[in-house]
Amino acid sequence: MKKFVQLTDTAIPLPTENIDTDQIIPARFLKATRKDGFGQNLFRDWRYDNNGTPTSDFVLNNAKFDGSILIAGNNFGCGSSREHAAWALSTYGFTVIVSSFFADIFRENALNNGLLPVQVSSDFLKSLLAFVTQNPKAEITINLEKQIIKTPIGSNEFDIDPYKKTCLINGYDDIDYLILQKEKIAEFELNHTL
Amino acid sequence: MAGKTLFDKVWDAHVVDQIKNGPQLLYIDKHLIHEVTSPQAFEELKNRGIEVARPDRTIATADHNTPTLNQHLPIKDPLSRNQLEQLAVNCHKHNIELFGLGHKYNGIVHVMSPELGITQPGMTIVCGDSHTSTHGAFGAIAFGIGTSQVAQVFASQCLLLQKPKKLRVTVQGTLKNGVLPKDVILYIISQIGTDAGTGYFCEYAGNVFEEMSMEGRMTVCNMSIEMGARGGIIAPDETTFDYVKGRKYAPKGIEFTSKLQYWKTLKTDSDAIFDKEYSFNAADIAPMITYGTNPGMGIKINETIPEFEQDSFHKALDYMGFEAGKTLIDLPINYVFIGSCTNSRIEDFREAARYVKGRQKASNVTAWLVPGSQQVAKQIHEEGLITVFETAGFRLRQPGCSACLAMNDDKIPTGEYCVSTSNRNFEGRQGQGSRTILASPLMAAATAVEGKIVDITKQLN
Repeated sequence: MKKFVQLTDTAIPLPTENIDTDQIIPARFLKATRKDGFGQNLFRDWRYDNNGTPTSDFVLNNAKFDGSILIAGNNFGCGSSREHAAWALSTYGFTVIVSSFFADIFRENALNNGLLPVQVSSDFLKSLLAFVTQNPKAEITINLEKQIIKTPIGSNEFDIDPYKKTCLINGYDDIDYLILQKEKIAEFELNHTL
Repeated sequence: MAGKTLFDKVWDAHVVDQIKNGPQLLYIDKHLIHEVTSPQAFEELKNRGIEVARPDRTIATADHNTPTLNQHLPIKDPLSRNQLEQLAVNCHKHNIELFGLGHKYNGIVHVMSPELGITQPGMTIVCGDSHTSTHGAFGAIAFGIGTSQVAQVFASQCLLLQKPKKLRVTVQGTLKNGVLPKDVILYIISQIGTDAGTGYFCEYAGNVFEEMSMEGRMTVCNMSIEMGARGGIIAPDETTFDYVKGRKYAPKGIEFTSKLQYWKTLKTDSDAIFDKEYSFNAADIAPMITYGTNPGMGIKINETIPEFEQDSFHKALDYMGFEAGKTLIDLPINYVFIGSCTNSRIEDFREAARYVKGRQKASNVTAWLVPGSQQVAKQIHEEGLITVFETAGFRLRQPGCSACLAMNDDKIPTGEYCVSTSNRNFEGRQGQGSRTILASPLMAAATAVEGKIVDITKQLN
């Protein structure tokens, strides 16, 4: 997994709440058997109309906005467990998602792909969405070591599981760790009858 | 010290290790896989040169991407065909049992596993599908995982997880006529919202759940994820034990007796403490329908669409073509879907057939009746329900996830409404531009007969 330590970049605002993983990547694109290529269909049905023409009012089609940070409305990533949502965001070019609340499975999927979910307070999110919408060139810094997001309108600390933080900073996968636990697991299995 | 919850008891029995200041190493008893979320996990194993640790604890089915007509013919869509072929190749290579297309046990993963007795009380069960919460109906800890975690379970039969917080939803009292388990869960979600359960595992308690059949409990637990909860769980009881006993993969003889002793201990202690609790009165629940683009946007059939200020609320209403303050009764409907891991079990078809019997499907309605598994299809034939449906102008299709997520050809056209027994009314969930109205099998059957949404309570009372 790629490492994440610190990032400074511009951000893209998407204030819609309850963005579900069906919007992030619609089910009809889940037929692939590899992880690459999902970025081109990220937010497919918001980004393009039924004829495949880019929609003029969707933020990813607005040339004013660019950057690897997505700032999204409350309860981001709810719905289906499809990790394809994290792959789509990642391969499109996002490295950080800022929201006031993340769905559980999406959060884990994101962390397993080096995509950092940064959970901030509702008030901070509201101010930040408004500010970035008005100031597309504003730079935002996310420091994972210090667990802080710094913006021109102030800072907000964020929580992260200490184990996951270590994994991200060093680029470790859970699977690396689990494989090393084989003996402990085998010992557990000896007395486990379920 | 406070007592333990049912969830604590099952979880604690599966903790292999605790990482200091970090997650726990949780052992997984059953790993269910399907064609859509497993290929990249198998690829991960290949890249690392590792094997599936416990193929004997892994079971595969083909469901998400399968056609519901002419399953004996080669699949036309090359991408779908390839995904199913990959599943077969991967299962063969890793010695995993596969109930593929056409197999007598093929079906939706969350229908197939319980009906074969693979799902048992006290187990930990995972699958790369968020509706894995279904299996909690048996007093198991069951939850959906991403593909990276599928690979982790393949590699180690374990997952690294923070123990979720505990939530309890209690419903007491007597349900009104025509109120089905689907209405109970849609009502709960409409009251507490789609993120109320995030970070929690939810136990359902109270006489309403105790009196439900296993099929009903599965419908309820299935939709736990729609309120954000990773899983739902109901204490196993005689209804559970009777359901499991005698099924193909259920323990037999002395093994059953000894497991039963353990299963009977799986209940929340009276002094256990939950992090959050909600209580509802069964009498307040009515047949439900949704009007928006998330499962929390639900109303009782005789209520009008509420008014909220948020932009997201107005965006949802615009998408659905609805207005606040209006009723949905008499709205013409051209598509009805009875199926999905929420409502495609035999009891759901019995419920639909009970309404349909002696009536005719409306001519404007295209109705898709999709059983959850080959075994459900067989039961529909054996019980004679097929005659009821066919006489009324319905046709039964073949098992699969079908129009719940429209990965196959079962897509609702742009702009059309579909009254659906599935679990999600997200934008485009049933096909690009489709507009989903979630409801119970009874409401769906009534809609198919009337060709419009009707107040079912008027017919029942």
